[in-house]
Amino acid sequence: MGKDLREILSFYKGDRSNLIPILQDIQANFGYLPENAILEISKFTKIPESEIYGVATFYAQFRFTPIGKKHIMVCEGTACHVKGADQIMEGIERYLDIKEGETTPDLECSLESVACLGCCALAPCAMVNEKVESNLTLKDIKKLFSKNSK
Amino acid sequence: MNNNMNNNEVALNIDGLQIKANKGITILQAALENNIYIPNLCYSPYLKPGGACRLCMVEIDDGRLVTSCETPVEQGMNVVTENSKINNVRKLVAELLIANHEVDCLTCAKNDHCKLQEIAAYLGIEKEKLGNLRRVLFEIPKDTSNPFFDRDLGKCILCGICVRICRDILGVSAIDFGFRGYETRITTFSDKPILESSCVSCGECVVGCPVGALVPKNTLQPSREVKTICPYCGVGCGIYLGVRGNTIVNVRGDSDNPVNKGNLCVKGRFGYNFINHPKRLTTPLIKRNGKFIEVTWDEALDYIARNISKYVGDSFAAIASAKCSNEENYVFQKFTRAVMGTNNIDHCARLCHVSTVAGLGKTLGSGAMTNTIAEIADSACIFAIGTNTTSTHPITALGIIKAVQNGGKLIVANPREIDLCRHADIWLQHCPGTDVVLLMGMMRQIVDRELFDSSFVNDRCENFNLFKKSLREFDLDSVEKITGVNKDKIIEAAKTFASSKTASILYSMGITQHSHGTDNVIAVSNLALLTGNIGKPSAGVNPLRGQNNVQGSCDMGCLPDVYPGYQSVEDYKILEKFQRAWDCKLNKSSGLTLPQIIESAHDGKIRAMYIVGENLILSEPNSSHVIESLEKLEFAVVQDIFLTETALLADVVLPACTFAERDGTFTNTERRVQLFQRAIKPLGSSKPDWWITCEISKRLGAKGFDFHNTKEILEEIASLTPIYGGIFYDRLEKGGLQWPCSDAEDNGTSILHMNQFATENGKGKFLPLSYKPSAELPDNEYPFILTTGRSLYQYHTGTMTRMVEGLNKLYGHDFVEINPKDASDLDINHDEFVRVISRRGEVKAKAKLTDALPKGVIFMTFHFAETPTNILTNSAMDPISNTPELKFCAVKIEKDTE
Repeated sequence: MGKDLREILSFYKGDRSNLIPILQDIQANFGYLPENAILEISKFTKIPESEIYGVATFYAQFRFTPIGKKHIMVCEGTACHVKGADQIMEGIERYLDIKEGETTPDLECSLESVACLGCCALAPCAMVNEKVESNLTLKDIKKLFSKNSK
Repeated sequence: MNNNMNNNEVALNIDGLQIKANKGITILQAALENNIYIPNLCYSPYLKPGGACRLCMVEIDDGRLVTSCETPVEQGMNVVTENSKINNVRKLVAELLIANHEVDCLTCAKNDHCKLQEIAAYLGIEKEKLGNLRRVLFEIPKDTSNPFFDRDLGKCILCGICVRICRDILGVSAIDFGFRGYETRITTFSDKPILESSCVSCGECVVGCPVGALVPKNTLQPSREVKTICPYCGVGCGIYLGVRGNTIVNVRGDSDNPVNKGNLCVKGRFGYNFINHPKRLTTPLIKRNGKFIEVTWDEALDYIARNISKYVGDSFAAIASAKCSNEENYVFQKFTRAVMGTNNIDHCARLCHVSTVAGLGKTLGSGAMTNTIAEIADSACIFAIGTNTTSTHPITALGIIKAVQNGGKLIVANPREIDLCRHADIWLQHCPGTDVVLLMGMMRQIVDRELFDSSFVNDRCENFNLFKKSLREFDLDSVEKITGVNKDKIIEAAKTFASSKTASILYSMGITQHSHGTDNVIAVSNLALLTGNIGKPSAGVNPLRGQNNVQGSCDMGCLPDVYPGYQSVEDYKILEKFQRAWDCKLNKSSGLTLPQIIESAHDGKIRAMYIVGENLILSEPNSSHVIESLEKLEFAVVQDIFLTETALLADVVLPACTFAERDGTFTNTERRVQLFQRAIKPLGSSKPDWWITCEISKRLGAKGFDFHNTKEILEEIASLTPIYGGIFYDRLEKGGLQWPCSDAEDNGTSILHMNQFATENGKGKFLPLSYKPSAELPDNEYPFILTTGRSLYQYHTGTMTRMVEGLNKLYGHDFVEINPKDASDLDINHDEFVRVISRRGEVKAKAKLTDALPKGVIFMTFHFAETPTNILTNSAMDPISNTPELKFCAVKIEKDTE
């Protein structure tokens, strides 16, 4: 964190092959790929911005919206799926009034789904920042956000 | 069969049929050329093979299935286009595509010319099989944001033609494949509506789309089509006007036209609604007591004849139009000279390329593009200076993009970061008004490093030593200081230009619209001479002209000092020739130029004016002064298609026809004379311009105006104009001809100065130059430089484009473009109204913060009557060409507090 765009680009030559490392670097520093950063990369590498977007959308690792202070990853792995992950996701979407992959306008919360968090015994579960929330029910959703915990 | 084959051909066998094909083409192309159908979706004759759809699979000798669109033909090859193995592959691919395609054929705009339908019919797709293959269709809302076309991704078959067109032909890359995988779709950057992307709305992708995913908003099919020429810029693209009843319903590019080869820009393809616009002038108007009254043609013409006859001689001036045909301009200058007895005739070329006519006239002997547009694509180096080609000449710009893709170098010199800079190898961001210094600086490097073409300079040019001496002043340090361009870049540009096999210079208003415009042109010409880049293909000095027929209007002698074909009015022999031909006495002295005409009107010396198709109030510098001048006239006639700002000041307004309602010839920027044809009958009682001029002349008792059609006028032009000597209607019906074309046997000239220059002694002339600063430099009170230009979506003073709703949606009002640092110093935010003030007036417009401009320079267009930028501009002009300095004046900017 902390490097600005120009600093990041200064490490690269601007070849086409630099594209993915640059994108990774930018995401590592900004938490996502801001539009103006992509426009700058486009100028720097002479790759059209639509093509950069095409490349970036292929990889699940890149995001185009900033993450919120609370980043929620709802597990949609097999066990969680069976135990109702869909309802949990819908419930959170409704509660935050955003869709999967989005961030609340106040940048407090962001929501995404992940394939498996690896704690199937605790299904359905989700991760809020670093912490795993287990055996979730719809009732827990409110608590998830009202709690003053991180 | 092999006996009559040439070296470039191979013989192959397709389905047992022996065919010949040119080397290098693909199996698919060979088959299609021989009327053998192979199913295909992602193939386009204009693009490199995509190999995406897998429908064109064929079997070759070794039993392999290959994509015929990617596989080149080979001698002796045996190709099978259909057997059960191929059919299995094709059917599955087609079934998968159709299963996931929104099948809504009867109400789809592409119904009946959809390639997917064609394939389904050819392969015999069965409905029952489709169900299993259908996946959940993603609900992607239709993108209807663009005013001219809709995107419906539900019908997209991901052939990628649109992506490839946008990238490979346009160089725009507004779209690409995104979200690759199960959800692959064509997307813009950030998946925004197409309107918010970098799309230039040219509609090439719409034409290329094989299915209904990209369709024009207006889907009315024409009942007939008329081949003609686009009325917008000087490129002169061939078009077909689609007509239904008496209305133009669509336009498509003419792929046989050598200029555009079927391509069109947004204005050409979609900007036709002005033709049938309800605001068109349809009856003559006479102003009585300050109000326009509708009158009959007889009344109007009699009234004009009665009044205008009082001003025979030098108190009359005529302003011709670069939108009118050669025939109309010829008749109009004949009227001015033979009937009104004055050479006071000029037109808007004065504001653009008279500097070119003057400068290149001196150095090369002919002031026009030396080469053709088609050659640009093959240039090893292109130097685009003072031209925003993608906005002003979009089809010419396609040649630049192609050249870059072919490995050519692109050098752009422009104070603004224009779109071409993205494609440039070198961008020289010089200060406005320092072109001579930049070019001379480059030439000094070329001479010092001995990179110039000494044999060309010695054999074909003169005056080199004097020129060389004048380079002394332009050492790198001074050049860097004045132009603001880094030394290394200047050296790099000089080396690149001089060491390229062929180097073509393209320029436009950024060179000519300066108080030293002719010097700028001479500098360009010096550079081309120095490097031997004249008289050979894909090189030359190429001024890109603005209006569709500005080249023709100059050729036709709508200039105060020359008869048609640049024959001097002051040459006694030529005067004699025209006096004999026109059977009248002619004025021996040159007339006034456009700025002088306006000045003389202000002084009361010019008392009557006849203005055809020009909106002087918006196009001239220092508009307030122009209005005053026009108001002082005793009698003014304006002939136009709409009631323009200028027409409002006239005593009589005459309704003219648009290009779609009359016939004639236009001469494009590369000297190509092309026929345009009437598509619909004139709206209301509007009339062709030539008819109007002839009627007035006849009423004044003049002889030689009894033309029945434009064909007869062109014959008279050919008889009096050596460079048009071989240009006749019947020849033009087969295709355009490039002048000089001296007689009926001459096929025209595509490259000028091949063996000798058009100068008197046949030598190209070097001219020494020195730096002259612009007339009004910024100071403490007016610290900013205002430079003006154009938008892709508007045309000139907007007389035509402002009537096209969609174009106004794309660019509907003017901005003041300003560097964000300047803006923050002045506490100006994006989209906030600012006042731009010069010594001559002020204009209010919204600020647009952009890094495209350097600090200290602001940019505006001049298309809008609401923000008449030319109130601000300086009428200081080039002493030789009288072209005003529209590209440079000093202004200040204030936050608008009201």
